[in-house]
Amino acid sequence: MHLAAWPVFLPLIAGFIVLLAKAKGLQWQRAISLLSVAGLIVLSVTLINASSSGAYQVYLLGNWIAPFGIVLVLDQLSALMVTITAVLALAALIYAIANNVDKKGPHFHVMFLLLLFGINGAFLTGDLFNLFVFFEVLLLASYGLLLHGSGRQRTKAGLHYVIINMVGATLFLFAVGALYGVLGTLNIADMAARVARLPEQDAALVAAAGLLLLVVFGIKAALFPLYLWMPIAYSNTAAPVAAMFAIMTKVGLYAIIRVHGTIFGDDAGSLAHFYMPWLLGLGLLTLVLAALGVMASRRLREQVAYLVLASVATLLIAVGLNNPLALSATLYYIIHSTMIAGGLFLLADIISRGRGSFEDRFESGYAMPGAIFIGAMFMFGAIAMTGIPPLSGFFGKVLILSASLDHHWSDLVMTVVLVAGFIMIISMARSGSRLFYQVLPADETDNKSGDNGATYKPLNRVSNVAVISLFVMSPLLVLFAQPITAFTESTAKQQFDSKRYIESVLSKQAVTGSKE
Amino acid sequence: MEWLLALVIGVITATGVYLTLRARTFPVVLGLTLLAYGVNVFLFAMGRLTIGHPAVISSTAGAYSDPLPQALVLTAIVIAFGMTAFLIVLALKARSELGNDHVDGLDLAKDELPLEQNNMSKEQENKTLKVNSAGD
Repeated sequence: MHLAAWPVFLPLIAGFIVLLAKAKGLQWQRAISLLSVAGLIVLSVTLINASSSGAYQVYLLGNWIAPFGIVLVLDQLSALMVTITAVLALAALIYAIANNVDKKGPHFHVMFLLLLFGINGAFLTGDLFNLFVFFEVLLLASYGLLLHGSGRQRTKAGLHYVIINMVGATLFLFAVGALYGVLGTLNIADMAARVARLPEQDAALVAAAGLLLLVVFGIKAALFPLYLWMPIAYSNTAAPVAAMFAIMTKVGLYAIIRVHGTIFGDDAGSLAHFYMPWLLGLGLLTLVLAALGVMASRRLREQVAYLVLASVATLLIAVGLNNPLALSATLYYIIHSTMIAGGLFLLADIISRGRGSFEDRFESGYAMPGAIFIGAMFMFGAIAMTGIPPLSGFFGKVLILSASLDHHWSDLVMTVVLVAGFIMIISMARSGSRLFYQVLPADETDNKSGDNGATYKPLNRVSNVAVISLFVMSPLLVLFAQPITAFTESTAKQQFDSKRYIESVLSKQAVTGSKE
Repeated sequence: MEWLLALVIGVITATGVYLTLRARTFPVVLGLTLLAYGVNVFLFAMGRLTIGHPAVISSTAGAYSDPLPQALVLTAIVIAFGMTAFLIVLALKARSELGNDHVDGLDLAKDELPLEQNNMSKEQENKTLKVNSAGD
């Protein structure tokens, strides 16, 4: 009954409780926050089950019917995104607790849960202005998390991040205002219905507002001219926060799929899919620059940030191909890239701790303790991320490339994706050998007056578990490729069928009859 | 009336854009505030300009003004207010931690120097270390 509302309100309520539990001590906060994130996972499995029939679950907030009130809409796409978020959040939270990241400043758990509140809200809302509000909620929580634990570099990166997102918020309001001025509604389904019967003279204005909205989502998703904030911010924050940020770029991507895909769908007349060439072209450019960034990175965390950028670019290309098959491949690749990128951010932190004062810079350091195990994990993550055969990155790319065959840009798409993949493989191989093979001889340790030993923190089993639990998704995605692609295909079909979305949202009746 | 409002929105937004592109944090904060003002008036205008019409239902009213943009503006004001407060605190923090109010923190500290320079200084340290140990 209230199923669609729970993923939004559970983290919010838990966030308040955690804030109050501060007086009880950190252990209580940890327990509550772990419990609620675990609850989110259970809940998201229920959501997937409930949505897999293909029906839309529309939840009228305050019992106001659709174009007048705010609706939450649960379909396969939003259920999938909520699930990915919950799994990633649990691993990040376990890592944060295992490494005492939450002790470095107050209110880590509160901001973490409010971030989940914002992300889940953005995934479930069916109202454009409500989407703006949830964006602001998740951004404000992410500002706090980004700066958590402080440090000079972090403050500098945080300043850029906050300013560019505030500009983004202003642009979002301009776009929403312009769309409202022409269409007279903010409900995404109702907007789509009105764009379908838009008078010709208003088309240009709506197109301009739509592209402005694409700029806003492009800032979140790190699209070509707007990605410069992202590697700096991601590589300078605490590891679990960076892992959570792996889903935040996908929020921008989701917003493009949901808002643009629905409003400018097949029925939009002259505006149908008008933004696709922009998405595809800029996605290709982003991928080229991201691959170069991967090659040019001087630190592992920076490299992982560029890998995230590359994966988002691949996803933008796949969305830009604009067919149900490509969208299905996109969703498969979203699951894969979010999990692996999150795991790599955590692993980069483990490596950075293991190398003492060399941190994660690509310089020859001393051999880290447990190098074989950590190196094996790194190799696994690198193989998955760059898309070498046995793991899910390869399958995702194959799905995307085979969906691009019919597109008239398919040669270009193939070339860019494959060359970028090749560059990334070389760079990851180089950084792996730098970090694990080219180590300084151990006897020099004496001269360095305990440089290695003093800063070395004992490795933490639980943090390895967090990384492995994310990495294990990759072979699982391969082993269960059939049921998963079946699900993503039906999700993609549902998303392309915007007529049914509009119908289900606008025909939803208010709950009548009281308890008496 | 319309042209005056359009002009006001345009000038405020242009000023905001100019100030946001400045290199010091204080003008940037002011610029973002002005941008927020501009967009608020813009949102308000998107409900069409009407004079003397009520926004809530009344039996005597002949026509209504659109109440939704007013609600949107209210939300936008609150959010912009909170964000600006946060940004000011962050700008002050950056000022104290980076030692200046440039958005890029112009004066580079030792660990922010380009890697080559950093390496060079490290090598020098190593050399002195070795010389010292040889002296012993």
